[in-house]
Amino acid sequence: MSKIEPEQPRIGVDEWVATEDVLRERRRGVLGHLRYAFDRVPDGARFGVFILLVALIPLLTSDEYILRVAVDTLIFALLALGLNVVVGWAGLLDLGYVAFFGIGAYGYALLSSDHFGIHLEAQFSVPIIVAGTALVGFLLGLTSWRLLGDYLAIVTLFFLQAFVVVTTNGNSISFLGLTPTTDFTGGPNGIPGLDPFTIFGLQIDTIQGYFYLGLATMALVVVMLYLAVRSRTGRAWHALREDSLAAEVMSMPVNRLKLLAFMFGAGIAGLTGSIQAALVGGVFPGSYDVPLLITIYAMLILGGSGSLAGAVLGAITINVSLEVLRDPNHARWLFYSVILITLVAKLRPWWKLAAVLGSLVGFGYAVNSIIGALWPSATENEGAGGDAIARGVQSWVIHPAQHATEIGNYGFVALIALVLLLTVMKDPWQTVALVPTLYLAAFVWENLLMATIEAQAATRFILLGALLVVLMAVRPNGLVGQTRVEVA
Amino acid sequence: MDWEFFVQQIVNGVTLGSVYALIALGYTLVYGILKLLNFAHGDVFMIGAFIGYGVLILFGGSVSPNIPIPLLIVLMFLAAMIGCSILGMTIERFAYRPLRNAPRIAPLISALGVSFFLQNSALLLFSPNFRSYDSFSLYEGRLFLPLSAGPLHISPIRILVITSALGLMIVLTLFVGRTQLGRAMRATSHDREAATMMGINVDRVIVVTFLISAALAGAAGVMSGLVFQRVFHTMGFFAGLKGFAAAVVGGIGSIPGAMVGGLVIGLAESFSIAYVSSTFADLIVFAILIVVMLVRPTGLLGKADIKKV
Repeated sequence: MSKIEPEQPRIGVDEWVATEDVLRERRRGVLGHLRYAFDRVPDGARFGVFILLVALIPLLTSDEYILRVAVDTLIFALLALGLNVVVGWAGLLDLGYVAFFGIGAYGYALLSSDHFGIHLEAQFSVPIIVAGTALVGFLLGLTSWRLLGDYLAIVTLFFLQAFVVVTTNGNSISFLGLTPTTDFTGGPNGIPGLDPFTIFGLQIDTIQGYFYLGLATMALVVVMLYLAVRSRTGRAWHALREDSLAAEVMSMPVNRLKLLAFMFGAGIAGLTGSIQAALVGGVFPGSYDVPLLITIYAMLILGGSGSLAGAVLGAITINVSLEVLRDPNHARWLFYSVILITLVAKLRPWWKLAAVLGSLVGFGYAVNSIIGALWPSATENEGAGGDAIARGVQSWVIHPAQHATEIGNYGFVALIALVLLLTVMKDPWQTVALVPTLYLAAFVWENLLMATIEAQAATRFILLGALLVVLMAVRPNGLVGQTRVEVA
Repeated sequence: MDWEFFVQQIVNGVTLGSVYALIALGYTLVYGILKLLNFAHGDVFMIGAFIGYGVLILFGGSVSPNIPIPLLIVLMFLAAMIGCSILGMTIERFAYRPLRNAPRIAPLISALGVSFFLQNSALLLFSPNFRSYDSFSLYEGRLFLPLSAGPLHISPIRILVITSALGLMIVLTLFVGRTQLGRAMRATSHDREAATMMGINVDRVIVVTFLISAALAGAAGVMSGLVFQRVFHTMGFFAGLKGFAAAVVGGIGSIPGAMVGGLVIGLAESFSIAYVSSTFADLIVFAILIVVMLVRPTGLLGKADIKKV
């Protein structure tokens, strides 16, 4: 059989037959067979194995930090799963999603702490919180009932802002000035000292306990969503995401379905919020704001919007990467290996890869020695960190002793311009321009992005923002999302 | 009731409103043509304010400028508008154009990413500290000395902002209404496919739209810096939100609507700060947005959109 070109429809061949050939082609080779075998495992079994493997983590390590990251990842995964219902399935842009998470957390804080002296157990408080957040979601969705779509995005973004304002200033609320002021939200200090998560008398107060709580909740949510998306309603969500006008013509109650999805997302966010509040032991207004929102969106989009596995995978990838980026030494490893892997994956044939890597190393040493000869102070400064790769990089990238940040600033702007230019260049030039761009990237990384703690925080968010833009342009279906079928 | 205080709030509201109106125009123009909520617009506004600040510092700062002050202000406006146009066109070219035929939600997410990218890049480059235009020092504070006419007190700087915003709006209206390119813009916003068939270069129209909207945002950034002095990396987020509210209240896609909406939001904000509460002013703007959307979803001056299949 000759090589099959999936793009070119062959005359006289049925479309289904043509795709079948492509599928069969994909099954060749070792990787192809493995993939085929993996595809044949039922979803349930795959998910079960995944949960079992994850459940082993606390047995393998008792490192508090690793467990903490694992619990955070589970919470992020839950959030991404909830957002997946709204964004991935119903195709609604919900920018107030984090507010529902916050409402859940504050709900837990009010129902299970000394703040009002109410101490409900989780089997009572969590259903109240979930129903409450879903109701708030319903009311918010109602306001843009007639224009559920673009307007929902802006109304929800405003809602998030309103939520932040209310929680930050909600410590002296009085109704129309008639009642004495009541402290609802603890104001900018939040509400500390929440009860640990207690369900049917079983009190969870270890990090391992929260890990299993998070894992069980996630498993439950995944199963629920798995069933939901295969139901009549789930299929209807897909239909209206693809073409809501056509769905309406098919007499689907489009607006009601959208509202339902919106409430679903809000409810899951509320549930997650209550777990997170119990885990942290307090709620603080600054934690439920736009940066968190962008992080969750990045997780969902990276994993593959519309896919349950994608949401979980995205949450794991992003949260672990963000944690790694907190330590300059680990961050350096991540940065250079991501660049190397991308080059290896994208540059073909092999001699081009070798040429780029070789000239990159040469270019670096050349620049370093020229600059070092002209201005000796330019290469003196030591960068942050001191393991093997750091020492290697230090003799290769220039580190100006003075004005590193200012020079880094210009380098950053130049880097953005170069990267953008690179995407529109044609091939021989593109490969040539790749070398200085990569060197500049390393320079900016060492001198600006990882220079201070504040810069590192900004860098994490810059990378998330860039990730969203790049993913939407290059691979909108994410890591495991399904390719959309475009019917003209 | 304190009459002079009331009139003062109107002046404040109109000043704020002209800034919002300029931002709202940018949203409305882009939405009219691409049906895209350009979330990055507020951050373009922020970059504009920073460019203006950079020019100010470049020519010696406002305490001892080394060129005549009117020239300095004109230069600030020009630099911000040109810089922002380039930024706007870049964003369009690299973040939105590849997604021209993607599902509706794709460019929105991309816009969100651009906005976050710009905001944190500004944080990285300019640090989280507030910068001040310190325009109070220009002409030894006389720019802020109110000129009085009856109960009306208005400072020259506010007159400058209101008139230049008005001037920009008139130029924009003439451009869209009277020129060939403006006509192409209207045609594209009406029906992009049909416009393509009529031989309009839609890509160029879209680039021009982004150029204009970003230039307006840049001008608004400098104005906001001149009147409210403070420049910081998150200023674009709130200003963008309110500019968007203004565009929706006025009727998104409608140019006079954006101007009216800007005034409504500006007045609402300044009156709620003065008479109700400054912390909850944002909530009142939000409430107005909700009420307008419930009562008249097409906005004050918008036309109902008929969906054709």
